[in-house]
Amino acid sequence: MGKAELPLHAPGTQLDKGYIGQSVPRANAQRLLQGRGSFTDDLIFPRLAHVAFFRSPYAHARVKRLDFKRALRSPGVIGVFDGRAVAEYCKPWMGVLAHLKGIRSPEQHAIAIERACWQGEAVAAVVAESRGQAEDAVGLIEADWEELPAVVDMDEALAGKVVIHPELGDNICFKREHDTGGVDEAFAKADVVVEETYNFGRHTGVCIEGRAILADYNAGEHSLTVYHATQAPHMMQDIFSRHLGIPEANVRVIAKDVGGSYGIKVHVYADEMATAALSVMLRRPVKFVADRLESFLSDIHAREHKVKVRLACTKEGEILAFDLDDLTAIGPYSVYPRTSGIEGNQVVNLTGGPYKHQKYRAKMNVVFTNKNVTCQYRAVGHPIAVALTEAIVDRAALELKMDPAELRRRNLIPDDAYPYTFPSGIKFEKLSHHRTLDKLLELMDYKSLRAQQADFRKKGVTRGIGLAAMIEVTNPSPAFYGVGGARISAQDGATLRFEPTGMVTVLCGVTEQGQGTEGIFAQIAASAVGVTVDKVRVITGDTGVTPYGGGTWASRGAGIGGEAVLLAGRALRSNILDVAAVVLKMDKAELDIVKNEVVNRLTLEAKLPLAELGRIAHFRPDTLPVDFQSELTVTRSYTPRQYAFTFSNGIQASYVEVDPETGFVKLLKHWCVEDAGTVINPMLVDEQIRGGVVQGIGAALYEECLYGPDGQLLNGNMADYLVPMSSEMPDIVCAHIETPTKQSQLGAKGVGEAGTAGAPGAVMNAINDALAPLGARVTAMPFTPERILVALRKI
Amino acid sequence: MKAPSFAYAKPRSLEEAFDLLERPGAKILAGGQSLVPSLNMRLSSPELLVDITGISSLAGIQVGRTFRIGALVTHAQIERSAEIRKQVPLLAEAAAHIAHPAIRNRGTLGGSLALADPAAEYPACALALNATLVLLGRKGERRVPAGSFFKGLFETDLRTGELLAAVEFPRVERSAFLELARRQGDYAIIGLAGVADGSGRRIAFLGAGATPVLAKGASAASSLEQALKALGNDIDPPADLYHSSATKLHLAKVLLSRAWNTLSKPH
Ligand SMILES: Cc1cc2nc3c(=O)[nH]c(=O)nc-3n(C[C@H](O)[C@H](O)[C@H](O)COP(=O)(O)OP(=O)(O)OC[C@H]3O[C@@H](n4cnc5c(N)ncnc54)[C@H](O)[C@@H]3O)c2cc1C
Repeated sequence: MGKAELPLHAPGTQLDKGYIGQSVPRANAQRLLQGRGSFTDDLIFPRLAHVAFFRSPYAHARVKRLDFKRALRSPGVIGVFDGRAVAEYCKPWMGVLAHLKGIRSPEQHAIAIERACWQGEAVAAVVAESRGQAEDAVGLIEADWEELPAVVDMDEALAGKVVIHPELGDNICFKREHDTGGVDEAFAKADVVVEETYNFGRHTGVCIEGRAILADYNAGEHSLTVYHATQAPHMMQDIFSRHLGIPEANVRVIAKDVGGSYGIKVHVYADEMATAALSVMLRRPVKFVADRLESFLSDIHAREHKVKVRLACTKEGEILAFDLDDLTAIGPYSVYPRTSGIEGNQVVNLTGGPYKHQKYRAKMNVVFTNKNVTCQYRAVGHPIAVALTEAIVDRAALELKMDPAELRRRNLIPDDAYPYTFPSGIKFEKLSHHRTLDKLLELMDYKSLRAQQADFRKKGVTRGIGLAAMIEVTNPSPAFYGVGGARISAQDGATLRFEPTGMVTVLCGVTEQGQGTEGIFAQIAASAVGVTVDKVRVITGDTGVTPYGGGTWASRGAGIGGEAVLLAGRALRSNILDVAAVVLKMDKAELDIVKNEVVNRLTLEAKLPLAELGRIAHFRPDTLPVDFQSELTVTRSYTPRQYAFTFSNGIQASYVEVDPETGFVKLLKHWCVEDAGTVINPMLVDEQIRGGVVQGIGAALYEECLYGPDGQLLNGNMADYLVPMSSEMPDIVCAHIETPTKQSQLGAKGVGEAGTAGAPGAVMNAINDALAPLGARVTAMPFTPERILVALRKI
Repeated sequence: MKAPSFAYAKPRSLEEAFDLLERPGAKILAGGQSLVPSLNMRLSSPELLVDITGISSLAGIQVGRTFRIGALVTHAQIERSAEIRKQVPLLAEAAAHIAHPAIRNRGTLGGSLALADPAAEYPACALALNATLVLLGRKGERRVPAGSFFKGLFETDLRTGELLAAVEFPRVERSAFLELARRQGDYAIIGLAGVADGSGRRIAFLGAGATPVLAKGASAASSLEQALKALGNDIDPPADLYHSSATKLHLAKVLLSRAWNTLSKPH
């Protein structure tokens, strides 16, 4: 396709309304599909060295002796280093935050010193001329280990017979209790009380591009440039600066193309810190790219919860109270700087989220184990909270013999009840549970589907329908991290620069990981300024260039970064019109910008092409009045302030068929109705939801990091760890309700995690709906054929 | 991970290949779909890879009294061959279950049988079909029935310096291939390859032991009930990461029930 043929908008696009709400194909898709992406691993530098790590084969062991003699003699080896050597250049850290009261974690070093606390923790690094040579030398390192008892099971960790970090006294990292009061009374007067325990497998986010970092220290100016597959370049700039002792202004972090992240690439990884330190030590560029096997051993894992939940309701189906007890295990360290306490905290915040009960009690324990660390992965805590809430609600429906959709209708917070304070303390600005429920039931033709299900049952075909209503944290204010002392920006800035040819360059602190953020920024900027989208170029992911910002996480890119772009775009439009007014000797109020032209606001008569305005403003300002100065580069920032979080809401449904002989689940169809506020690009929003649903289905049916009793990861490869694949995925139908947030002018709430939040619960409920007539029920994800067969008492 | 370094040679003739295979640390490379991943994961470190894909006598399908399929014939070729689909449909059906299109385009029949992964499709098919494996070495040809070829876990009757040249399959029209895999293209949890003709049934299972296993009792049974009972003595499937031995036996019984009619109805 020639450059002029790039389709600028989908058929039917109405440009006069601007690009907001239009499925504009994103510019970077074509580049990536042509193989012209440029990822960190694509970079080649003179004197580039490669690092490979010697990782502990044991879950918990003391390193008695490390012998590098043979490794040092291996061809191409530049150096071999242990934890002490690297610690001289890189300060250790501790993954705690002040607002998670009582959270504790030991110090963690870039390379473990003396003791490894999980299988895969690096205890030495080899730097060589090539990665292959580094790996050869890793194989020649000799180590004497003294195995220590490994704590693998959550309950054992809580019981604390063996304590992983003796200085902490027990294995508890963080605990939280929450109580509105009146819970016992509510349960005492309830007609129906249901109770169940749910298990959620530990899993991980599998990115197409593994973690990658290339650190280039320049001794000549004591500066460090880090090319990093990261979601948060400014956060990493701050961390490299503080831990390596290099002034912040001398550290530049550049995120090239990033091949998926899902939260995996927003944390501090010891091996990445070691890579940066090694670059400083060796005064040359050093690269580390995690291969697939070490990704499974060292990329953060997530989930692994065991939750007991009780629900009290009246015989009319009014939910009175939820009572929750969550136990979750996070590995041996709380991950820096976001901590590993957030997921459990979210479970406490969000359980029961869509419903209007007033009584709520929760208890939560986060414990250390000798497995890989866990931290924030797409939808943090939501899949747990949504699934257990929705499963226990369905359990109550079963008890009440009430249709699950009807039970939800009776309990969802009314659409006119906002602003609303939920019993966990969180506040909702405006949600639309009833409208999304109505739309979902219509979309899936719920009544006919139930009839079809009944027909199939008569023929012996076991099908089930599952619903999952949800709320989702988006656009966090500093309440998420900043108030706890984390140096993580809750604000983002956007700079818009008007170029002489009438083009607009956007620079924003929010990053692109393949989800299309740059595409929507172009749409917003084009709409705000009045240019066509082909005139906009977007640059993200470079601390040396973009305004300061938090980056990409917690579904904040559109809602926060997008708002900054909108505000900057409006300011730029106004500034352009100032120039137009003096050039045209007209009143600014008479002018507007439409499709790259300054026009008469009323008649739309073309007055001045932006390219001509750009030429004059940049090259011939001498022709303008002496006291006039054009301002054609503007920066605006945005931080949500009124609410701690902007919540979105939605509801999903799953339709499945269970084969009771084999325990196999076939996903027939999936629906999601989501209220993400203003939809900027429907195609990208739907793809975010679909991708998220697929990851949620992964949790429900396939993905689990399996550990042996000795703490060995048993399935750390793509053959044995099952990611969801296209052949098994159902059609996923998406629809939207739009309730824009009034906190911002754009009104976007964010949509990145909704799919993942709701899908596991919907699938769980569908399977249990199918199994109900057979007297079986499953509560431990993932729902493997064996678990279903055991529930059916077939084995 | 990166593969440890190795030498590579691509012989044009069998003679040349035999010479190369005598070198220390030599290993045959065919489609590379099992060997190359194992190199990249540093699970094996041969010194010399002898790429046999340039030896034309190992390629191609010959139709005669039996079906002679060259070792280099790919899974995709087997899947697409109209002749095979008509005359040995079991193989064509099985091929569609092997991995994904990209892998089927490169992976070979010979590679799969020589590797002898007990969870793979072809070894069980070869056993059910009572195929004859044609092995070539400098000293000449050996013809080994599938029943004696598979010796143990990833262990075959192939001797050092020998290669698998071709496989001869009898024509069998009545057959059933069933497997259970959680994702399309995965190695199966358990699978069944069964044929029936005038001389009786031969039902083999994959994923049911250290080698493909011929379920002799179940094959000889005269009713499904008997067959299901016999199966418990025929196979003792090893547990995998997600399924206990009992689950796999249960699933094997489900497959047997599902295949029974096809393998029993009069011709
Ligand atoms: C992602 C993935 C999924 C897969 N899923 C399946 C599956 O579901 N079912 C399945 O059956 N297979 C599966 N495979 C394996 C695939 O079928 C391989 O192609 C096959 O196992 C080996 O054939 P090859 O030609 O690639 O052999 P190679 O990988 O080249 O060689 C395999 C072994 O056989 C030896 N060898 C090869 N040819 C000969 C010969 N002619 N004589 C003697 N020795 C020889 C080699 O020395 C080596 O030890 C999968 C592979 C991948 C990568």
